[in-house]
Amino acid sequence: MPKTYVTILGKSVKAVAKMRGGGSALPGLVVEKIDPNFIKHTLGQLPHGVVVISGTNGKTTTTKMVVELLEGQGLKVFTNRTGSNFTRGVAAALLGETSLTGKLKADIAVLELDEAHAVNFVRTIHPRFSLILNVMRDQLDRFGEIDATQKMLRQIAINTTDTVVLNREDRRVAEIQKSLTSQKVKFFGLDKLLINQFPTDDTLRGGTTTTTNVNADVVLNRLSVDKAEFIIDSKAQRTNLKLNGIYNVFNAAAALTLVRAIVGEKVDNPKLLKDLSNVTPAFGRGETLLVKGQPLELVLVKNPSGFRLGLKSFDPRNYATMIAINDNYADGRDMSWLWDVDFESLHEKGVSQVSGIRAYDMGLRLKYDEVKIENIDSSITRALKKFIDNNKDKPKRIYCTYTAMLDIRNKLSKITKVEKIS
Amino acid sequence: MTGREINILQLYPRDMNIYGDFGNVLVLKRRLQWYGYSVNLLTYDVGDSFPDNIDILVGGGGQDSGQNKIQEDLIKIAPKIKKLADDNTPMLVICGLYQMFGKFFKTVDGEIIRGIGILNIETYGRSERLIGNIITISKDFGEIVGYENHSGQTYLDADVEPLGFIRVGAGNNLESDSEGARYKNVIGSYLHGSLLPKNPKIADFLIEQAVTRKYGVFYSEPISDCYTKEAREAAMKRPR
Repeated sequence: MPKTYVTILGKSVKAVAKMRGGGSALPGLVVEKIDPNFIKHTLGQLPHGVVVISGTNGKTTTTKMVVELLEGQGLKVFTNRTGSNFTRGVAAALLGETSLTGKLKADIAVLELDEAHAVNFVRTIHPRFSLILNVMRDQLDRFGEIDATQKMLRQIAINTTDTVVLNREDRRVAEIQKSLTSQKVKFFGLDKLLINQFPTDDTLRGGTTTTTNVNADVVLNRLSVDKAEFIIDSKAQRTNLKLNGIYNVFNAAAALTLVRAIVGEKVDNPKLLKDLSNVTPAFGRGETLLVKGQPLELVLVKNPSGFRLGLKSFDPRNYATMIAINDNYADGRDMSWLWDVDFESLHEKGVSQVSGIRAYDMGLRLKYDEVKIENIDSSITRALKKFIDNNKDKPKRIYCTYTAMLDIRNKLSKITKVEKIS
Repeated sequence: MTGREINILQLYPRDMNIYGDFGNVLVLKRRLQWYGYSVNLLTYDVGDSFPDNIDILVGGGGQDSGQNKIQEDLIKIAPKIKKLADDNTPMLVICGLYQMFGKFFKTVDGEIIRGIGILNIETYGRSERLIGNIITISKDFGEIVGYENHSGQTYLDADVEPLGFIRVGAGNNLESDSEGARYKNVIGSYLHGSLLPKNPKIADFLIEQAVTRKYGVFYSEPISDCYTKEAREAAMKRPR
C-alpha cells in the first residue's frame, strides 16, 4: 500500500479513536499492522536521526529535558510525549506529526523507550545517539533479573551508530562501554562526595560502589535545594533549577552530555544552562499542584531505588504524607520491592493516609518499620478526600505508583487544574 | 526478659537479596522484639568468618550472577550449616538459596551446580519463568500467600515433605502440585514478596523453635497482627 494511504488510514483511525475517547496506541497498532516499515520510513528521513533514552529511573523527565534543551539550540524535535513509551506509542505519536505524504516535520526524534521495547525498536531503527541512565531492580516480574535488563540496554548501545552516553557511576551501565567498538562513548558522572547519595543497585544492600576514573563530559559537582553546579569543559557552571529530587538533577547531567554530543562544536553552553533552569519535572515526577490553596506534590514511585531517593529528596517535616500502592500490570504485580525501601525518615511524622489496591501490604511494611499510620483505605477516592480534609492547612505529598497516580490525578482534576495526560 | 537474646544470621545479603528478602529478616527481628527478646542481626557474605551461636538462619534469592559468586563459598561452609540444620536450628531459605540447599542445580546448558544437600531436592533450569501471585495450603501453616518468580523447577525425593500444596500458581515444578520443602526446622520455598509479613504463622514457627531450642520455653505476650488479614485477603484476590 502506498505510504500516503497508510498515513491517511492511520490518521483516520486516530480521529475515530479520539471521538470514541479511546487509547493513544490503537492508531499506531493499525498502521503497524498494515505497514510495518511505517516508523522506519518516517524516522529515516530525519536529518539528525533518532535518539533513544532508556534505563530504569528518570526516563520521562530526562527526555523532557533533552527535548527542551535541543529546542533551545534551534532544533525542531519530535518526541513521544504521551508517555506511550513503546513502539506502537511511537507510531501513534508520529501520525499526529506527519503530513499526508508521510513527511515528518522535524530535525530529530528523541524517544523514551523502556528496556524491553527498546530492544525490538533498535533492531529495526538504529539510533544515532542513545543515552542509558541506570539499571535498578524494577519490574522483575516482567524482566526476570537486573542482569537481563543490562543485556537489553547493551543491545541499544550496540545498535547505536554515532554516540552512546553512559552513566559512569552505575557499574552495570558503565560496563556497556566494553561491548562497543565503533561508537563514540561519553559519560556523565558525579563528584566523589555526592556518590553516596545516589545508591546504585549494588549499594542498595551493602555492596560497594566501584567507580571508574574515566573522564566524564559533564559532572554534577554540587547541589542544593534549587541550585546545581556542573563541571563542563573543566569549568564549574552554576544554574538555578525548577527540578526537585536529586535524581532529576543527576539526570540533568545526562541530558547535558547527550545534547552536547548531538549539537557538537556549535553548542551554546550558556543557553543550555539557562534553558535547563526553566525545565520543570514531568508529570508525577515531583510536580506540584495547588489544592485548596495548599501545594500538593505527586511523587511517582515504581521501584525501591526510586522510592528511596524520593524519600531522601523530600523532607517530610511540615508535610502531610500519603502513600498509594497499586499492583496493576503497569505498576508491577510483585510487592517485594516495598521491603527494599527504608521508611525510617517517615518515623517522626507518621503517614496520614495509606491507600491503593495493596494498601495493606504498604500498611504492613510501615508497621514493621514502626511508622504510625492515621488511616488505611484501599479506595483512593475515599483516602484522597480524607487526606485533603484532614490536612487543610498543610502542604501535602503523595507517593504513588503509576496507575495510582493516574487515578489520583483524575480525581484531583475535578477540584484543581491538572495537566492532561493523553 | 531482658538479656534474652536471639541471633539471626542473614546468609549472603550482598549477593542474594533480590526479592525483598530483607523483609523476612525484618519481620523476625521486630516480632522477636515485640515478644520481648533482644535481637542481634548478623550477616555472612563470601569470605567472612562464619559466626557461632546462630539461632535462626535466613537466606534469599539471587540472580544467576549472584548464585555463581556464592557457590564455592557455600560449599566451604556447608558442614557448619548442615550441623546447625541437624541440630534443629530453624532456617528459612527462599528461591536461589532454597535451590542451593538441595543436591544440585542443572542449568539449561546442562551444567551441574552442586548444592549442599540439606534438602533432598534437585532443580533443573528451564527456559520458561514461573511468575505470579501464588497461594498454597500447608498442614502446619494453613494458607500461605506470596509471589513466585523462578526459572528453576525443583523435584523432591519421595521422602521429602513439601511446605505446601498449590491452590493458585506453579510452585516447585509444573508437574506436581507441591511447593517448597522441609527438613527438621528448615523451610525452603519459592515464595517471596516477602514471605513472612503476610504469613506470620511461619515467622512465629521459626521464632518459637529458636527460642525453645535456646531457652527451653517460649514465653510471649500476644502481639498485634493488624493489617495482616486484610493484606492476605487483598493478595488472594489479585490476578496471577
